[in-house]
Amino acid sequence: MLLERHGPDARLVAGGHSLLPMMKLRLAAPEFLVDINDLTDLDYIRVDGDEIAIGAMTRHAAVLSSAILAEHYPIFRDAERVIADPIVRNRGTIGGSVCQADPSEDLSAVAAALGATMVIRSLEGTRTVSAREFHTGPYETVVGPTEILVEQRVPIRPGSGSAYEKLDRRAGDWAIAAGGCFISLDGGGVVTDVGIGLTAVGAHHFCCPEAEAFLRGRVASDEHLIAAAAKAAEAANPQTDQRGPADYKRHLAGELTKRALRRAVARARGEEA
Amino acid sequence: MTDTIASGTEVPISAAGNPIGFGRMLRKEDARFLRGKGHFLDDVQLPGMLYGAILRSPHAHAKINSIDISAAQAHPKVRAVITGEVLATLKLAWMPTLSGDVQAVLATDKVRFQGQEVAFVVAEDRYAARDALELIEVDYELLPPVVDACRALDADAAVIRTDLEGRTDNHIYDWEAGDAAACEAVFARPDVVVAKADLLYPRSHPSPMETCGSVASMDKVTGKLTCWITSQAPHAHRTVYALVAGLPEHKIQVISPDIGGGFGNKVPVYPGYVCVVVASIVTGAPVKWVEDRSENLMTTGFARDYHMHGEIAATPEGKILALRTHTIADHGAFNAVAQPTKFPAGFFHIFTGSYDLEAAHCKVTAVYTNKAPGGVAYACSFRITEAVYFVERMVDILAHDLKMDPAEIRMKNLIQPDQFPYTTKTGWEYDSGDYPLTLQTTLDAAGYKALRAEQAEERARYERTGEGTLMGIGLSFFTEGVGAGPRNQMDILGLGMADGCELRIHPTGKAVIRLSVQTQGQGHETTFAQIVAHELGLPPEDVEVVHGDTDQTPFGLGTYGSRSTPVSGAAAAVVSQRVREKARIVAAAALECSPEDLEWTPGRWQVKGSPTHGRTIQQIALLAHSNLELPEGVEGHLDASAVYNPPNLTYPYGAYLCVVDVDPGTGGVKVRRFVATDDCGPRINPMIVEGQIHGGLAEGIGMALMQVIAFDESGNCLGGSFMDYLLPTARECPSWETHTTVTPSPHHPLGCKGVGESATVGSPPAVVNAVIDALAPFGVRHADMPLNPAQVWLAMQGRPVRTDLAFT
Amino acid sequence: MQVTMTINGTEISREVEPRLLLVHFLRDHLGLTGTHWGCDTSNCGMCVVTMDGVLVKSCTVLTAMAGGREIGTVEGMERDGVLDPVQEGFMQEHGLQCGFCTPAMMLTARALLDATPDPTVGEIREAICGTTCRCTGYENIVRAVQWAAEHPAREEVTA
Repeated sequence: MLLERHGPDARLVAGGHSLLPMMKLRLAAPEFLVDINDLTDLDYIRVDGDEIAIGAMTRHAAVLSSAILAEHYPIFRDAERVIADPIVRNRGTIGGSVCQADPSEDLSAVAAALGATMVIRSLEGTRTVSAREFHTGPYETVVGPTEILVEQRVPIRPGSGSAYEKLDRRAGDWAIAAGGCFISLDGGGVVTDVGIGLTAVGAHHFCCPEAEAFLRGRVASDEHLIAAAAKAAEAANPQTDQRGPADYKRHLAGELTKRALRRAVARARGEEA
Repeated sequence: MTDTIASGTEVPISAAGNPIGFGRMLRKEDARFLRGKGHFLDDVQLPGMLYGAILRSPHAHAKINSIDISAAQAHPKVRAVITGEVLATLKLAWMPTLSGDVQAVLATDKVRFQGQEVAFVVAEDRYAARDALELIEVDYELLPPVVDACRALDADAAVIRTDLEGRTDNHIYDWEAGDAAACEAVFARPDVVVAKADLLYPRSHPSPMETCGSVASMDKVTGKLTCWITSQAPHAHRTVYALVAGLPEHKIQVISPDIGGGFGNKVPVYPGYVCVVVASIVTGAPVKWVEDRSENLMTTGFARDYHMHGEIAATPEGKILALRTHTIADHGAFNAVAQPTKFPAGFFHIFTGSYDLEAAHCKVTAVYTNKAPGGVAYACSFRITEAVYFVERMVDILAHDLKMDPAEIRMKNLIQPDQFPYTTKTGWEYDSGDYPLTLQTTLDAAGYKALRAEQAEERARYERTGEGTLMGIGLSFFTEGVGAGPRNQMDILGLGMADGCELRIHPTGKAVIRLSVQTQGQGHETTFAQIVAHELGLPPEDVEVVHGDTDQTPFGLGTYGSRSTPVSGAAAAVVSQRVREKARIVAAAALECSPEDLEWTPGRWQVKGSPTHGRTIQQIALLAHSNLELPEGVEGHLDASAVYNPPNLTYPYGAYLCVVDVDPGTGGVKVRRFVATDDCGPRINPMIVEGQIHGGLAEGIGMALMQVIAFDESGNCLGGSFMDYLLPTARECPSWETHTTVTPSPHHPLGCKGVGESATVGSPPAVVNAVIDALAPFGVRHADMPLNPAQVWLAMQGRPVRTDLAFT
Repeated sequence: MQVTMTINGTEISREVEPRLLLVHFLRDHLGLTGTHWGCDTSNCGMCVVTMDGVLVKSCTVLTAMAGGREIGTVEGMERDGVLDPVQEGFMQEHGLQCGFCTPAMMLTARALLDATPDPTVGEIREAICGTTCRCTGYENIVRAVQWAAEHPAREEVTA
């Protein structure tokens, strides 16, 4: 309602660790800020039927320490351990992070890998968008100026394993590259379902359907995981910057996807925590 | 209860539990910092104080066609806008540098580096000052920038210093040391093995956690200018202000408050400092200017940026014979470095390191580029960081080419104990050292043989499986030269580097010692009290250390280059000894004997053979102020002053060993262990010395693995924030394993050598040597710092890059 | 706009610009200069305070957003002239040199020990990795936190 009233000059502020730095650099200068930190009813992680629901105001620290997520999707804990630093994680929110839509945002790749559903609310009502259609470009999402992301929902996949592998240069740094995935296996070790997400390497919608299609229906042998990772490297479209040249980042996309897949498979098999 | 120092003498403990002399003592200065009651520059608040902000150039090289400040001046909270044009009327648009060049305070004709100061806004609060910056319009005309120092002397390079009469290129100076012909003769021998390499010590930045700033307050009635400055050398700054601004020096007071880290970043006089003085005069109010972090990283005194071509000659058995280098030094747009005048390349010619050589020669060519000015900073001991990195990498490269163990080749070539004092082939006289002992101490503590065995197993496993990490072991043996310096050899801007010290004992036996050096965290308030305690037997809690205010302290050139203990510490010892000798005379008068009949025990003069007849130093202090009759020529009170002119530098040294684990799949490097043995002679406060070493070791990890200020081809600074300029956190640092050997300096009154910068000097080559060692299976011989994951991976592919430029 | 909050247990109310950062409010308006600032990108951690018991970087919080909340700064660590064991530990183990990062490090250590009274070295290093120190190389900071963990009761002041 406040957003309706103040129009495009109004911005929501939650944790503030994306918006305030931009304001301090004078890259953003909103006329009005709507502080939603008191919307504590959007701060939750719960099992809701056959899905896990994560409120948009859930802080990174809570995502990191969540027992529910640790049990079903350790990919979240893997990622959160290397997102920002412990103090920033006290404030930043999962909703704020995916809405900031930085191409290096780890939680965007996690949502894409898991095939999450984003729940968006406005005065008109509620709508859902797949995580893989949520981002329309760098720093752009489908959330309109009078809408607010309220929740992420992830299907529970019994027997699956998940993992996230990120390389950064130092504690608190954005990723040079990162890859994450979940994988479900049947009794014969064949991949029944898989989702692969990539961060900071220009992957379209933070994911890699080609690598997923390759793995589905195949045995989760190391040879196949490596081949899938190679497809992830091909699908990446990284930019050269001071974190490294594009060919190096492309190499990392493959290497980290391979490691994430291996770990996810080991977890699916109960061989690793 | 007593404490024991390295020499085995027991040190008495005072009533407050402190050693009366050398030993572990908790710091006096902690009391305020623990409570958040430190008094840092930005804590200074004066009535009516205004705030300054600097408009900076977005371009690396451009003509200024016009500057329109009218909209900024019209801002309701703005009190003044100062440009180079305004300063020019006061002859302050340019100021002399500490290297005989001039630098712009506010740009007039051109801007010569991204971030250069263009205008100064003074407003009622800091946010308004920043708002007003956006209202200033500058019409720039872009010029081609000179970014690559190795191309700065190309025929088609744009000339940067068009402000200097007759300038046709970007050359600053050439400087040489050693004997080129003798070197050539060695290199030409047929039986000699030669290894060559190009080594970059990239541009880095000290980045103390507190940025630079100043508050200036000109009192129009008294004509006195009081300046608070984040300055490591308040007296030198005062004298520079007097020379530059034509203000009478006795009317200038410079106060260095608590400083949140210096590391050489707070030695120069920055344009912002000059602007607040002018602003205070113009507005009639105190003016504060504190830079933000991007200003600090982009425009204040950077460090290093040495492009070193090296050649080392040795016998096939690994006896090093000669070492030579031609180095290009990137000084940025102005030559603003601070080092002794006779040594424009600082002490770089100490590059023969810790080894006994037959010949050596260096040539340094300094150039201008379109980058911020600087070069000497960041605990470099005047370029010794560069020199030690150079020699320690060259030795490892030689070892690589000869397939020799790096520990063995060092042991074979170290200067031996019986060769001291040792004169190097470039003219340094090393005072004392037992190098093999120190190296062996480190090797033993690290378990060197076991580490090499573990490495061999890992390499075999990697070859079999292609999985897992690869271990690297790197060594560094460094000799430092600190405590500048002897008057007849060293001066900065014509000011000699002797330091003054004044000691006064009050009638009730408490003391005040006034220093010319300036702590930025090194613990002077504690260690200097311990020096007085050591010489006079006064409890350190009874000795107040005064520093930082030029109205309250004697002249000296400040704290940098690890000079406080070697110079000011010596001055403190000398002045304490003078007080002790005066006390002897007073005691003799009181005891009605001759001074020669007295002997000193800590805290007391007593009659030889009759120890119950004596007086404590506290009793003597009261006597000195009393009506006691004193001999002819002896004045009352108990105080003394001294100016210490050191006869030589002191030469601390150390042996460092680093163990890393490299992930070949990603290029990621983890530092597993770091073993450091340091020898700085006797340690006044071992706790403080160890703390200094810990800090420097962390710097080494930063520089070796992640820190760099690089530039793209347009001259844009790529290290202008903490998102890009990465400093190590607790996660990247291992638990430091420190050890000690003690070899006193023969010429220092306490035998002490400086130590503040040793670890910053010795640590980067140990880390780099370790990473390159890890990559040996991939045939890597050298790759430049920082060895971030991308650079490591590129090195494995056989194509490491120049890290001072953007990745392509 | 009018903002009211509790600082170190005392309620205060002030008129502030909406864009005023909490760190500047504490330092410039209230004279609580123990909280420092050192960067523009929320990296360095000099500005750490507690907000409703949770560590936050006060350079990335607007004063207006702190309205109605409880703020804790370094000035609130000492109680009735007795230092917090963390403060005592920093002195005993030489966990500070220039003192600029010290308030942030100490508040972080206090929050860690409140949640984990007997942390491992790894947990300590992880907890403090959001604040950078240039002087100590972190070793003695770790030892200071361990000292405080081993001496959890407030005793008489030595500093």
